[in-house]
Amino acid sequence: MLQPTSTRSSLADALVGWPPPVLDPAGPFSERITTLSWALLVMAVLVMVVVGFALAGALFGNASLKKRLGGRGLIWGAGFAFPVVVLSGLLVWGLTLTSSLSSRPTGDELRIQVTGEMWWWRVTYLDSEGRVLARDANEVHIPVGRPVLFELTSNDVIHSFWVPQLAGKLDMVPGRVNRLILTADRPGSYGGQCAEYCGGPHALMGLVVVAHRPEDFDREMERLRAPATAPVTPVALRGAEVFESSGCGACHTVGGTEANGLAGPDLTHVGGRRSLGAGILPNNQGTLAGWIADSQTIKPGNRMPPYSVLSGEELMAVSAYLDGLE
Amino acid sequence: MAMAGRAISLVVLASLSACGTDVAEQHPMPAGSPEAGLEAIRATGCAACHVVPGVEWPMGRTGPSLEGFAARPLIAGSLSNDPDTLTAFVRNAPALSPDSAMPPMPLTESQARDVAAYLYTLQPR
Repeated sequence: MLQPTSTRSSLADALVGWPPPVLDPAGPFSERITTLSWALLVMAVLVMVVVGFALAGALFGNASLKKRLGGRGLIWGAGFAFPVVVLSGLLVWGLTLTSSLSSRPTGDELRIQVTGEMWWWRVTYLDSEGRVLARDANEVHIPVGRPVLFELTSNDVIHSFWVPQLAGKLDMVPGRVNRLILTADRPGSYGGQCAEYCGGPHALMGLVVVAHRPEDFDREMERLRAPATAPVTPVALRGAEVFESSGCGACHTVGGTEANGLAGPDLTHVGGRRSLGAGILPNNQGTLAGWIADSQTIKPGNRMPPYSVLSGEELMAVSAYLDGLE
Repeated sequence: MAMAGRAISLVVLASLSACGTDVAEQHPMPAGSPEAGLEAIRATGCAACHVVPGVEWPMGRTGPSLEGFAARPLIAGSLSNDPDTLTAFVRNAPALSPDSAMPPMPLTESQARDVAAYLYTLQPR
């Protein structure tokens, strides 16, 4: 008798709080952006309150108040000098505060290349020389406390990489590499989202960044660098057969097998990811089956065709196989 | 969105308590919590394949819609629709219905009971 094999993913650890919390920083870079946002908001509110009172006085006040509000001194002082001083001050302070956000890489950072695709993220871990260590998709693993250099580009249209708890947004532009350095202060999963409209299911283009303690990170990297887990159960073995005969390998790579397609996400470790469909679904055998059979209903316009040719038994087998690729 | 979903589910739950006796007579689920069931349904992504009233997205079509599930005579067209069978089925469908495409789902026994309890709140309109 078959036992439940899929026991992993729950929405809580898969989708890590949707939408991503924007004002809850988890690293030094996002902390500064959050400080700046609050300071600007407070200043703007204060000025608006003062202006609101002045406007009310000018409209409904008695004659002497109106006269004072219309005086030359007040107009030059509060209407010109005050904004110049305050805005210049804020500008200088803001630029100083955020200058470290665009600091140049030192060469000690961990290198991860993330390429925007319609509508998912291609992830490549690089060594310091730029050689490929591992490939993955839609999920990025980083160590806590160490700066990570994200080399961002795109294969089609402009996307924008945004993990609000860790850093600001940065565009991913075809034919060019934008560099973003970020650091996570504490372990955890951080939700991200494409922040530049890129057509069709742009709103369903999410990703997950997982920050690990250094020793856990090393284990994660080992897992990601290894070839795919070979199927052992009869249903998974059958699934591998269905995967091959259905031509899945034309678009997807499963490391260590003949499947070497590059058009779609790398599936070598698909079963180990927290989410499915680029950060939008919990990842388990059920959602895998639903995605394969009819991803167009779930994420309309995505580039994977519905596999309605698979029988129930084949669908079950192939989802069991993929679920086991951890 | 989540707030709206919660509000809708509360309305669903409130409206079911009005006809609670019928449901209890049809499918007694003393150990299951429909609210926890809806949470588990969201958390495991049942809606990737099923239209589940109370879940706005996605509205998958791979499996049958679960609208009005409480009044269905059969599960998966072959099993009797009673609480114990449903609890076992949502957790490990292939054990009961080997030809179905529905795979085992990552639910505990008590979560499966909650899911069944929620499904039994789904009366036909």
